[in-house]
Amino acid sequence: MKNPWEMAVRRRLRSVAVHTLLVSVAITCLFPLAWMVVSAMKTQETIFSDMSLWPTSPQWHNFVEAWTRGAFGMFFFNSLFYTIAVVTGVLVVSSLAAYAFAKLDFPLKKVFFYMLLATMMIPVPGAFIALYVLIMKLKTGTMGALDQLSSLGILAPQASQMFEPWLMRILYVLPQVNGGLALGVFLLKTFFEKIPRDLEDAATVDGCNKFQVFWNVALPLARPAIAVLAIFTTLGVWNEYLLAMLILGEKSLMPLQRGLMVFQGAHLTNYPLLMAGMTISVVPILIVYIVMQKHIISGIMAGALKA
Amino acid sequence: MKKPLLDQFTSGLFALPALILFAIFSIYPFFKVFQLSLVDWDGISPLMRFVGLDNFIDVFTRNTAWWISIRNVSVITLLALTLQNGLALALAWVVDRGVKAGNIYRVIFFIPPILSGIVVGLIWNWIFDGNYGLLNHALTHIGLADYARAWLADPKTALYAVAVIHMWKGFGWGFIIFLAGLQGISRELYESAQIDGANEWNTFWKITVPLLTPVFIMVSILTILGTMQIYDLIASTTGGGPGFNTEVPMTRIVAVMLGSGRLGYACSMGLVFGLILMALSMVQMRVGKWLERE
Repeated sequence: MKNPWEMAVRRRLRSVAVHTLLVSVAITCLFPLAWMVVSAMKTQETIFSDMSLWPTSPQWHNFVEAWTRGAFGMFFFNSLFYTIAVVTGVLVVSSLAAYAFAKLDFPLKKVFFYMLLATMMIPVPGAFIALYVLIMKLKTGTMGALDQLSSLGILAPQASQMFEPWLMRILYVLPQVNGGLALGVFLLKTFFEKIPRDLEDAATVDGCNKFQVFWNVALPLARPAIAVLAIFTTLGVWNEYLLAMLILGEKSLMPLQRGLMVFQGAHLTNYPLLMAGMTISVVPILIVYIVMQKHIISGIMAGALKA
Repeated sequence: MKKPLLDQFTSGLFALPALILFAIFSIYPFFKVFQLSLVDWDGISPLMRFVGLDNFIDVFTRNTAWWISIRNVSVITLLALTLQNGLALALAWVVDRGVKAGNIYRVIFFIPPILSGIVVGLIWNWIFDGNYGLLNHALTHIGLADYARAWLADPKTALYAVAVIHMWKGFGWGFIIFLAGLQGISRELYESAQIDGANEWNTFWKITVPLLTPVFIMVSILTILGTMQIYDLIASTTGGGPGFNTEVPMTRIVAVMLGSGRLGYACSMGLVFGLILMALSMVQMRVGKWLERE
């Protein structure tokens, strides 16, 4: 048997080593973010020289300036709109479809399901090019039709111009709704399948039609899965960049990620405002994460164990 | 028992919105990529010249920038597979063996993965900046000023700097998944190993590693697919430069599409890339099956 003293010392040393590792990694994770927030409160003159962790005179108004002059307020509301629209769309469309795949019977059900599965499995990194072509086609097609209607006097002459921004918003939202479907259908389908038949039969006997059974019985039971789906969709939409870069050229339509890139392209050296804009884009997602972290982490862990 | 036709029809209505969206935004682009890969087209002009397999032949024989980008992304992927996942596993292992406040680490380590590639890139741009960067500042401070450089603009370091950023952003994923796998291993196995006198190192290699093989495979596939397709991080840091030093396949595809306006050619690059990705994940799964049998 080893000396108990030595054992205790070794255990102590091990625990110190483990905590040093964990704490230093944690600091590495948090420090860049903290640095971003702190830098947002420095001035253009001091930002490169003042390496303090808390500025002597924090420039809180930088956030206001980023929000107004930097247009991050507008980008923020655009992001908020896109996120709400896509999440709503994904929840509605995928819960209906998942219920149909899990509990209902319709022609070609299996075929459609495997097609959905295939798009999840087969990576087509070039698909965004075709998507871009399609969106531009849908845009010119719709605008052309609207112009035609205007020239026939059915619509006001400015109608097509007024509708154009909304058309682009819709065309930015719909592909992302579609992008969230695969995950949504899989997540919710497995959940719906676990609901006992008896429960639905009882509701049917009580006079509920199919939709009412779905709405009143199945959907409330799937709440945990819906929460997980909503969070992951939110993260995805809030952080989306490529599609926004491709199709949203108008500044008034840009979400935060796109806005950040445009801002840094135009004001390469205005670091405090850029950092303030980045803070504006990070804070909401961080709040969502911290409030929902249990769902997020358990969602990934459950998904990992299943696979 | 077959349901009546009307019933089947109303059931189909549930799936209809999803199927319509899916047909327009997934199936149509999927086939369109194949069609476009066979033409020479700038995306605007009504003229689409059919060129057969010329685009693909060009990708394989003349497009050196493309293969440089594949090499670059492979370097980043290999680093992510080894360093990033090694760190993720080590952290998951110590958290699983029980530490105080393990939950807090779980929350913190997953913060970088929820941030956007754009924000992460812009933050690290500044840390790695040649003139005002925090890293150079720190190096100067501790007397290593000679090593200070523009990390993301120096051809010698740019690719590794990008890889560091990518790994910083990504290790939390592996950590969470490894931790889930480790927590699925029965405690009794560890206890009986301890009674048999096995030390931690032996326990790790004899019990943890074999039981964790499926998790290894999953994390590896996710790492490969995720890393090979990076774009936002490069766009917000180096944009592919200096020279072609940090070009990755996605930046090449976008450059050919928007910069040179050759949509058909970009599609053929995308398809070649898709094949590479599919081959990689199939190899991974084969290796996994083989390992599990051993």
